Formats: sequence, structure tokens, C-alpha cells
Amino acid sequence: MTTQQIKQEIVAMNGDEAVALAVKQCDVDVVAAYPITPQTIIVEKFSEYVANGEVQTEFVCTESEHSAMTACLAAAATGARTFTASASAGLALMHEMLFVTSGSRAPVVMAVANRALSSPLNIHGDHSDSMAERDSGWIQIYVENAQEAYDSIIQAFRIAEDIEVSLPIIVGLDGFTISHTLERTDVLPEETVKKFVGERKFPMVLNHEGKTVPFKLDPENPMLMGPNVSPNYYFEFKRQQEEAMRNALKKIQEINTEYAKLSGRSYGNGLVDAYKLDDAEIAILVVGSTAGTLKVIVDQLRQEGVKAGLLRLRTFRPFPVEDLKNTLKNVKILAVMDKSMSPGSLGAAVFNEVRNALYDLKQRPTVVNYIFGLGGRDSSPRDLKRIYEDLIRLAKTGQTESVHYLGLRE
Amino acid sequence: MSSKEKTWKEISIAGVPSKSSIGFMTGDWKTYMPVRDLEKCTVCLTCVMFCPEGAIKYRPEMGKIEFDFSFCKGCGICANECPTKAITMKMPEE
Amino acid sequence: MTTQEWKFTAKEIAQKPDLFLSGHRACAGCGPAAALRLIMKATRGPTIVTQATGCMEIVGSIYPYTSWALPWLHTAFENAAANASGIEAALKILSKKGKIKQEHIDVIALAGDGGTIDIGLQALSGAVERGHDFLFILYDNEGYMNTGIQRSGGTPTGAATTTTPAGSVNPGKLEKKKPITEIMLAHEMEYVATATPYYWKDMLTKVRKGLEVDGPAFLHVFAPCPRGWRSEPARTMEYSKLSVESCMFPIWEAVNGKRQLSTPSKLIALAPQKKKPVKAYLEGQGRFRHLFTPQNSHILDEIQRNTDERWNRLLQKCEPA
Repeated sequence: MTTQQIKQEIVAMNGDEAVALAVKQCDVDVVAAYPITPQTIIVEKFSEYVANGEVQTEFVCTESEHSAMTACLAAAATGARTFTASASAGLALMHEMLFVTSGSRAPVVMAVANRALSSPLNIHGDHSDSMAERDSGWIQIYVENAQEAYDSIIQAFRIAEDIEVSLPIIVGLDGFTISHTLERTDVLPEETVKKFVGERKFPMVLNHEGKTVPFKLDPENPMLMGPNVSPNYYFEFKRQQEEAMRNALKKIQEINTEYAKLSGRSYGNGLVDAYKLDDAEIAILVVGSTAGTLKVIVDQLRQEGVKAGLLRLRTFRPFPVEDLKNTLKNVKILAVMDKSMSPGSLGAAVFNEVRNALYDLKQRPTVVNYIFGLGGRDSSPRDLKRIYEDLIRLAKTGQTESVHYLGLRE
Repeated sequence: MSSKEKTWKEISIAGVPSKSSIGFMTGDWKTYMPVRDLEKCTVCLTCVMFCPEGAIKYRPEMGKIEFDFSFCKGCGICANECPTKAITMKMPEE
Repeated sequence: MTTQEWKFTAKEIAQKPDLFLSGHRACAGCGPAAALRLIMKATRGPTIVTQATGCMEIVGSIYPYTSWALPWLHTAFENAAANASGIEAALKILSKKGKIKQEHIDVIALAGDGGTIDIGLQALSGAVERGHDFLFILYDNEGYMNTGIQRSGGTPTGAATTTTPAGSVNPGKLEKKKPITEIMLAHEMEYVATATPYYWKDMLTKVRKGLEVDGPAFLHVFAPCPRGWRSEPARTMEYSKLSVESCMFPIWEAVNGKRQLSTPSKLIALAPQKKKPVKAYLEGQGRFRHLFTPQNSHILDEIQRNTDERWNRLLQKCEPA
């Protein structure tokens, strides 16, 4: 089936609106959310759909983000398809419940309009909020633009609800840069989207009556969720979550391919998106919207005869170790850009995980870290080109510092 | 309780319990056990209501109440509340 | 609110199968366990229970065993009411979409005094404000018993807990017990009530009334804890009775804000000579033992005074019999 058969509507939307529209089209049952900049447009737009009767969704305006995540978890436990959105301090407030949600294997979908954490208070975009939740057991996908935000939310329900996954998922979009910037988006017809996400299916569990029943709260087939377990059991349940993450690596790719057939849009292989990387000697690995600007820089450099390349990391959890090894093994120097920081650590989250993933390669690139954009500080094309210039110099002169701060006034 | 513990592949996800607690006999917790004087019992069912364990059962077909010692923890609420003092707490005959 | 009163006999209740099963690991003589077992007898059809972390949550859900013969959810400590909100919202919308076969499923949220009065207050207040259809039952044993008898907002003045021990300077908890039901009354719910397991008929009727409300309802159940209070396990129900007779825990119900004393408390209002002194309730409880010394007798007097004041204020707020 060619994509020309499905007519897509062209809509001018910002990232938040694109997310709200995707949620509308996915037949979500319960949305429980609390407003926080820069996610507010998501909940506001969705409220309009509710007020105009355009969705069959129970919209719960909870009194805090902690309760929002709780209500989503409880609703998912009861069998509903659920969605919420947050950012920054709101996501941090949910911290306890993020672990509970993934441990309870509830396929909640959450859009995070990535924003800096306090203190000091900063409402602008960086990745510190969701990077701080990388141990929470949630799948994490980061998008490059509003179009991908729309597409990824739709894919997210399929990924999360897959029986072999059954994990909650964060779709991260850069605060203000994506969330509030108007872009052209191609929107699928609602029927197509509904058919793509389908009905929610449930894993089966053994209950106390000796019956195998669907994993949900149902008086007809009672079961207990959220028990307390001794040291004798806890480890095994965590290993189950790890297995689900490994399954997610496959599923994200499959769903990316399936969605591409409908929409004509594919994002790398779903996990990583390589740009002019085949023969690249120097490369940058980045998460999020900065990849857009970097592609222009790579094109310029290629014109100048530099073998530059770019890898956009789309899926951060599960971390695509094999894909990184395969795409980066021939690169000589790699700069990993991080829009977050871990004070006291050698470099930030993405840098650490990439370096770790490449460690086992017999021949591995030199990996350096560029921490940038904290608190929404913009990086101009000039700044970004400087990274590649640094890498060219590094290739000639040898070792340099591992961690750099791009655009910091020192 | 099985002697061989199950692996992570063999148990249901998310800790869904697979056994009812009526398979866990808390009756061995008790020191004292209730003893009932059938003459004094009026089958008012107060003890049945108050037992935290549900270890006192009303048997309508027999017209009387029955202790389930596999769950009785020997708290003594039944003896304390019986309006006719038909229940006394005693050490089990060894 | 339906005016149809649920009529039941002890025999019927005694024969109704338990939904909170034997084999739970509560202490011998546990007041909340006795109360919970009875409360579950008042369910009227398909029910989902959600619970906050606490004694009753732990004792019934020790993997791989469950003491709950119905669907049950626990997530965290402070969010029983938020759980209930999510469950209720899901049931509502799934029902509308034709995905639920039952006509109606009741939602009960259970939490201790810690999970209601202190850490749980925000979620509870929010859930009530949003008008979700659920019954919130607070089982109040006046302390964080599950973690080792620490003080909570529900601990009464003068009680010794592990975080307010009776020492040479401080005689137990200095602060007052937070009047949680007054706070919940101010939320203008259709049904707010207090109960205690000794008066089990009254308690069951109130649970049923709470379930019948189309919207939020709140029930405060006072349940003695022999372990935390250091009292005789056998006297748990006796203390439940004494709490009402001494007016330390009057029982009443408020339908749309109109408050009426329930029979056991009403009898005392009509015949004040039946009111027992607080000493009768406090003695025998290890947590108040230090009050029965000469240097602390003024605290006993203060407790009596405050109890009398609260009782008289309550009488003024209640509708005539």
C-alpha cells in the first residue's frame, strides 16, 4: 500500500497542539493532568476537545502531578487507555509514582515538554527533567519536531500496550523549541489512527483462585495489584521489567516500520536516526530538536569536503547499544551533546551511556562530551559548527578534555 | 509455600499474588484458645461479628457457632465481649 | 441519596462470605482488621477496593498471598483517594463505551490516619472537590502503627508514641488531634459520618449509605490498636465502646451537612449521667499510663475539659433528635 492512498491533512500546529491532536485521535479513555509550562497547551487544547464533545475521554484535572500519575496508573489498572503530560518540577513531583507505574506494568503514555529543573527556577527547555528519570523503568523517546511528536504519541500507545512490553512511555519534546513553535504537520485521518492503535489488550496473570485472568481490576476476575514482597521475590520482578525493555527494542523498530507504511514517515529505524554517517570520520550524537540545525551544518561541511556525520538518538530507554555500535564503529571522533548535567560526574547522562556502549568495540571512536543548552540557552549554527571544528582539530592534535561546556561564559 | 522458589519467568508480572491467604494458617500464633460453654451460648453471634480473623463461623444448620482454630490468634475479644460469659480463654491442653 | 434503608440481621451478615479473608497477618486483637472484615460485609455488589500503604494494606497483601477476594489496588501511601479517582474515571468512561459488563461497580478507598489526615489529605481533598463517586473510609488507630507507632495528626493529646515519647520534659504528644471529619464536612459532601466497630450495625449501615451516595462520601472509623496503644488485645472492642461512652469519639452522621447523632451517642446526649469520664477510657492503655501520675494529672483534667468542650460544641451543631 502506498502512502499516496491515505490523504493527510496539512495543519499548522506547535508541538503541544500536535500532541493533543494525536491523543484525541487515539481514543484515549482517561486523561489525568496538571498544568505546567511548557506543557500547558497540551492540556488546554485537550480541554477544548472535551468541552466540545469531540472526544470520548474522561478528563480529570487533578490537584497535583503526583495525583495525575496516580490517577493514570489506577485508570490503566482498571483497563483504560491513559495519557498525561508534564515537565520539569511536575515530572519531578511524580518521581515516586513513575517507579510505581513501571513496576505495576501500566502502559501509561506521557508527553514531557522537557524543561529545566529548579533551582533557580527556569521555564525553558533542557533535558534535565526526564534524564533524571532514566532509572524509572519508563521507555523514553525524544522527538525532533512537532511532526515527530504527533507521530510518536500515536506509536507510543502501540509500543506501551504491546503484551510483551507493558511498560509506560515518555515522549519528550523540547520545551518551547518544539512545544511552542508553529510548524507544518501532516495529520492522518482519525479512522486510520484509531485502526493503527487498535484496542487495548491485557497480559494474563494467575490469580488467587487459581484462574488465569486478564491483568486488570475486574470484579468478575479479581486480582490484587501492588502487593508487598520480600527480598525473596523483588529481584525477579525487576528482571521481568528488564526483559520487557529488551522486547521494546524490537517493538519500537517494528512499529516505526508499520507506521511508515501508513504515513510515509520513518525515523531512522525507530531507535537511532543516522545522517550521512556511513563514511563519516567525525560525528555528533544528539537528542532532540538540535539535530535539525546540525543536519544543515553537516551538509555545509560535506560541501567543504569534511567527512562529517550526525546521529540523532531517538530512543534513550531502552538504550540501543547494538545500533550505536553498528553505526558509530567507523567514526574516529564522536562528540556527544547533552542538554542536561550531572554535577560531580564525568560528563552527563547520554555521554556516559554512549561511551559505555562503545567500550567493548575493538576499535572505538574517541568520545567527548559537549554540555549545552541548559536552561534553554540557544546554540546558534555558528556555535554548533564550532563543535565539528573542535573535532577536526582533535583528530589532528590528539587528546583533549572529555567534557566541554558549549556557550558557557567562562 | 513451595520448597523450590520460582524463577522470574515462572511468576506472573507485577507481583500478582497467586494464593489466597486462607492457605496461610495463622492459628499457630495463639497462646490461649477460646473454649465455649454450650449451655450459656445463646447464639447471639456477637463473637462472630467481632472476631478480626473471621475464625468464628455461624453454622445455621447446626444452630450454633464454631471456632476455626487454624486461624484463631487467641486475642480473647470473643471471651471479653460474650454477653453471657460463655467463652473463656484457656491454655491448650498439651 | 436513597431513602431505602438497608435492613439486615446478624444471622444474614454472619453467613455472608468474607471479602477480607482469614489468614491475614494483623496482630491478634487488631481493631482495624475487625472493622475491615465487617465493613466488607456491607458491600452491595461488584466492588473495587484501593488502599493506601499502612497496616491493613500490608497484612492482606503479603506476596504470594492475598486476603482480598475482590479486585484490589495499592500504589503508594498518600494517594488512596487519587487511586479511587483514576479507577472511578476509568469505570465511567469504559462503561460509556460499552466495555464494562457490570451495571455499576462501587469504589472504596481505605486508608489509615496517616494516609488520610497527614500525607493523604491533599489527594483526598482534591478527589472530593472533583466529585468522584467513591467512598473513602478512614480507619483511625491514632498513629503510624505500621512503621512502629509514630505520631500522626490523628494522635490525641497526651499519647505516648515513638516520636512523642513520654519523657521527663514532654508528656507525650503536645498537639491536638486534627479534626479531620470537620475538615471533610467543610467540603460539602453529601455524606460524612463517624463509626466504630463495637457498634457494628451502625457502622455497616453507614458504609452502605456511603456507597449509595452518587458522589464522594467519607466515613471515619475509630479502631483501637492494642499493639500501638499497649492495651489488652481482648479489650479492643471494649475500648471501641468506651470511646463513644466517654465522648472521646462521638458517632454521628451528616447528610448534606445536616448532622445527627447516632443512637449510641444520642443516648448519652439524652441521659448525660450515662457519659463516662475519660479516665475510664484512658486507663489500661499503656500509651496514657504516664498521665496517671501526680505531676501529669493536670493533663488528665485538660483532656476531660477538651473532650467536654468538643462534645458540647457537637451537641450544638447537631440537629435535634
